Amino acid sequence: MAISINGQDYPLPADPRTSLLDFLRREAGLTGTKKGCDHGQCGACTVLVGGVRINSCLSLAVTHEGDEVTTIEGLGTLAAPGAMQAAFVAHDGFQCGYCTPGQICSATAMLQEIAAGWPSDATEDLDAAPALTDAEIRERMSGNLCRCGAYPNIVAAIRDVAGAEA
Amino acid sequence: MSVHLKQDKPDTRNVLDTMAQGVIGADLPRPEGLIKVTGTAIYAAEYRADGMLEGVLVTAPVVRGEIASINEASVLGMPGVRAVISDKRMTGRPAQGTAGEAPFQPAREVCYWGQPVALVVAETFEQARDAAKRLALDWHGTGDAPLDPEAAETEKDESTRKGDLAHAMAEAAHTVDVTITTEGHASAAMEPHAALAQWDGRTLTVHASLQMLKYNRAELADSLKLEEEQVRLVSPYVGGGFGSKLGISQEVVAASLAAMQLGRPVRVVMSRQQVFQTIMRRSETRQRIRLAADAEGRLTGFGHEALVSNLPGEDFAEPVLQSSQFLYGGDNRLLKLDLARIHRMTAGSVRAPGEAVGVQTVEQAMDILAEKLGMDPIALRLRNLPDAHPAKGTPFSSRKLAECLEEGAKAFGWEPRPRAPRHTREGEWWIGTGVASAARVHAVVEAKARVTLRPDRTALVETDMTDIGTGTYTILGQIAGEMLGLMPDDIDVRLGDTDFPPGSGSGGSWGAPSCGSAVFLACEGLRKDIARRLDIGTDDLTLKDGLARWDGGETALADILGGEPLDCIGHFEPGSSIEDATVSSFGAFFAEVAVNRWTGETRVRRMTGAFGIGRVLSARTARSQCLGGMTWCIGNALTESLMFDPVDGHLANCDLAEYHVPVHRDVPALEVLLLEERDAAASPIQAKGVGELGLCGGAGAIANAIYDACGARVFAYPMTPDRVIAAMPDI
Ligand code: FES
Ligand code: FES
Repeated sequence: MAISINGQDYPLPADPRTSLLDFLRREAGLTGTKKGCDHGQCGACTVLVGGVRINSCLSLAVTHEGDEVTTIEGLGTLAAPGAMQAAFVAHDGFQCGYCTPGQICSATAMLQEIAAGWPSDATEDLDAAPALTDAEIRERMSGNLCRCGAYPNIVAAIRDVAGAEA
Repeated sequence: MSVHLKQDKPDTRNVLDTMAQGVIGADLPRPEGLIKVTGTAIYAAEYRADGMLEGVLVTAPVVRGEIASINEASVLGMPGVRAVISDKRMTGRPAQGTAGEAPFQPAREVCYWGQPVALVVAETFEQARDAAKRLALDWHGTGDAPLDPEAAETEKDESTRKGDLAHAMAEAAHTVDVTITTEGHASAAMEPHAALAQWDGRTLTVHASLQMLKYNRAELADSLKLEEEQVRLVSPYVGGGFGSKLGISQEVVAASLAAMQLGRPVRVVMSRQQVFQTIMRRSETRQRIRLAADAEGRLTGFGHEALVSNLPGEDFAEPVLQSSQFLYGGDNRLLKLDLARIHRMTAGSVRAPGEAVGVQTVEQAMDILAEKLGMDPIALRLRNLPDAHPAKGTPFSSRKLAECLEEGAKAFGWEPRPRAPRHTREGEWWIGTGVASAARVHAVVEAKARVTLRPDRTALVETDMTDIGTGTYTILGQIAGEMLGLMPDDIDVRLGDTDFPPGSGSGGSWGAPSCGSAVFLACEGLRKDIARRLDIGTDDLTLKDGLARWDGGETALADILGGEPLDCIGHFEPGSSIEDATVSSFGAFFAEVAVNRWTGETRVRRMTGAFGIGRVLSARTARSQCLGGMTWCIGNALTESLMFDPVDGHLANCDLAEYHVPVHRDVPALEVLLLEERDAAASPIQAKGVGELGLCGGAGAIANAIYDACGARVFAYPMTPDRVIAAMPDI
C-alpha cells in the first residue's frame, strides 16, 4: 500500500482520517503544500494527482493508493526552478507567498486543461478551442484565493509561461 | 558601534539620492522569491520538534456567560489524548497592536461567541481534533449581551469642533447630508494563526505567525508571568497579516502553557473558522457626512460622525475620522466618533484601520456635491484642498494629492465633465466611471537594526522586523545596498527573530519608514567609520560595487576591513518632525464598472491608482502593495461583510466560502502610478508607508462609478446586487 509523491513511494497512513494535505505536510514532510482553510475554499492546498489539480484537503490520503501525486516540490527546486515558478518570481506573482504553491500547481494544470480544450464559464464559443485570454485565466484560477492581492501579477506570470509554450 | 537618531527635524539631505550604487527604488525581484515559489519557505505551522504534541482549541458556544465546568474525563481516555489545558493564564482575546502587555485573561468568563476556553492536546492532530469536538463543557449564559451596535450603550471617543456646522449647513448654497454604513471586515490572511512552543525549563521558544515581535514578546511574557528574556519568538515568514497578527493571539499562549505544563513541544494551529471567530474584526460603521459649499463649490462646512463598536474593556475604536481631519477644508467642522459596547469578537486593526472605511464615504459625499454643483468631481476636490491642517493649522510636509488626481486622470483617460448617469450601455450592462481621493496618516515607531559589513564583500542586516509579504527583505537589502555600495544580492537580510535587535514590527504602514531608517542609520555609522579609516570626510566617500572611492584614491572595501567584520546598530526614534507637520500619504483612485441592468451585479472593469508615498524604496514591492490595496477596495466595495446572527450573536459566515474576498475573476487589470516624492519630515529616508494607502478610498471610486453607470446611489457597503437593484431608478 503506497502513494507516490514526486516519484517517491510513501506508505499510506495508519489513521484513515488523515487528509492527503496533512499527509503531505506531516508524514511526507513536504510543507510546500499549504493549508489555508481545510475545507476546499481557498486552493492553497492544490496539488496534481495524475496531472489533474485537486484540493488535497478534501481528499483522504488512504484513497490515493497507487496514485501519482505531484506537489510544488515536484515542479522545481531552488537550484532548478520550473518555468512557472521562475515566472512568478519575475512578475512578483506573490507577496506573503502562502497561496503561491497552490497558485503555481493550479496554473500548471490549468494550462493543460485549456490545451486539452476543456471549456470554462468564460468560454465564449463552446464549439471552438478555448482561447488563452485573461478572462479564461482569471475564471479558471478563481479557486485559488490570494489575500495579498497579487492577482494581476499572477495572470502576467501565467501568460508569460503560456506564451513561451505556445 | 551604534547610531541613534530621534528625528526632531525634517531631513532634507536626501542622502540616498547622493549614493552611487543605483539600487534604491529599483525594480528588483524579491530575494526570498525562489524560496517562496518552490515551497521551501517555512511558515509557523511547518516547524517540527522531537516529541511534538498537537493541540486543538475548544471554543465557547455562547455569546456571553460562564464556563461552569470542563469535563476533562470526557476526553482523557480517548486514544492519544494527553491533556486538557484550561489554565487561568489562557487569553480570551488577541492583544491589540503594540499593546506590549497581556490581553484579557478571562479565566472562565465568556464575552463573545467562539472565545477559546480550553486546549485539547494529543499525540496527533486527528486525535486532538476529535477529542476537542467531544470535550463536554457546562456553561450558563448571561441574559444581558448587547449585540446590536445601534441599540447598545455608546461612549464618546473623541470629537473635533470648529465654528458652527449647523449654521454653515443652513446658509450654504449647496449641501450634502448622507448616512452611509459599512459592515465588518476580516483580515482573512491566507495562513491561519499557528504556533509551535518549546520549553526547556527556563526558556520558551515559539515559532509563530506574528507581525510585531518586539511587542508580542512582551505580551506573551506578561501573559505567562515570565521575564521577557525567557521568551524567544521566531517568524521569518508570515503568510499575510493585515492586522490580524499584530498582537499575540490565543493559540500562542495556549501552546506555550501546554508546552510548559507537559514538558513537550506543542503545536497549535487555528482552524479557518477559529481565525474568523476569535481574531480581530474591523468594526461595522454608521457614518454621517455633511458638506456645506458655496456656489463655487468651496466647502464652508465639513461634518463626519461615526458609530463603531467593540467589546467591553477594549480601548480600540475604528479611527474612521483620521484623514477626514485634514483631507478637505471647510471652516465649520464637526467630527465625532462614538463607540458602542457589544458582544462580538474583539474589534481591532484590519488593514488601514480608519481610512479603509472612512475615506470612501467622504468620497461618495463629494461625488454627490459635484453633481449638485454641476462640476467635474476632480475640479471639486482640487478646489477644496486646505492650505494646512484645518483644525491644527500645521502645514503639510508634502502632499501629492493634486498631482495624483491629475496624473491619474490622464493615465485612466478620465473625461472631465459633470456627472450624469446612464450615459453608456453595452447590452445589459451600464458602464460608468468614478474617482476618489486616497489618504492615510503617516506613522513611524522606534526601531533598531544591526548591519554588519563582512570582509567577503557582503553585508548582513538583522532585525526582529517581519516580512508579511510587504517586501521587507527586499527594501532593507536595497537600502543597505545603496548605502554600502553593494548589490542587494550580496546583502543577507535576516528577519523575524527576537534574538535580533528589536525593529518596529509590520503594521500601520510604518515598517518601511521605521526599520528602513534604522538600517539607513546603521549604514551611515558604517560609512563614517570607513571614512575615518581612510582619513577622509564622510561626504567625500563613494561606495560602489564593493569599492571605496574618494578624490584621488580607490580601494576595495575588503582591504579597509582588514579581514574583520564591521557592524553598527541603527536606532531610529520618531520625534517632533512628524508632530510639527501634517504628515500623510495621498493618492487618487479611478474605477470603471459595469452594472447589470437586470440583476444589479457590479463588475469592476479596470482601475487606476496614483499614489504619493514619499520615496519609493522598491518599485516592485511598492507596486505590489498598491495592487493588493486596490484588490481590497474591490472586496470592500462589493462583497466583504461579516454577518452576525442577531439572536445568538455568532458569526454566521466564518469561512472563505461565505466571507467573500475578491478572487481572480473579480480583479481586472489594475494600473499603479507612483509619483516621485521626498517627504523630509516623514523619516530620514524621506519615505512614508505604502501598505495601506491603496485601500483608503478606492471603494468610493467604485461606488461613484456605480452611480455614473446606472444611477444607483447606494449608501450601504458592500454594494451587493440586491442593494444596487433597490437603489436603481426605474428604466
Ligand atoms: S486548504 Fe484546501 S482548499 Fe483551502
Ligand atoms: S501571496 Fe499572500 S495570499 Fe497570495
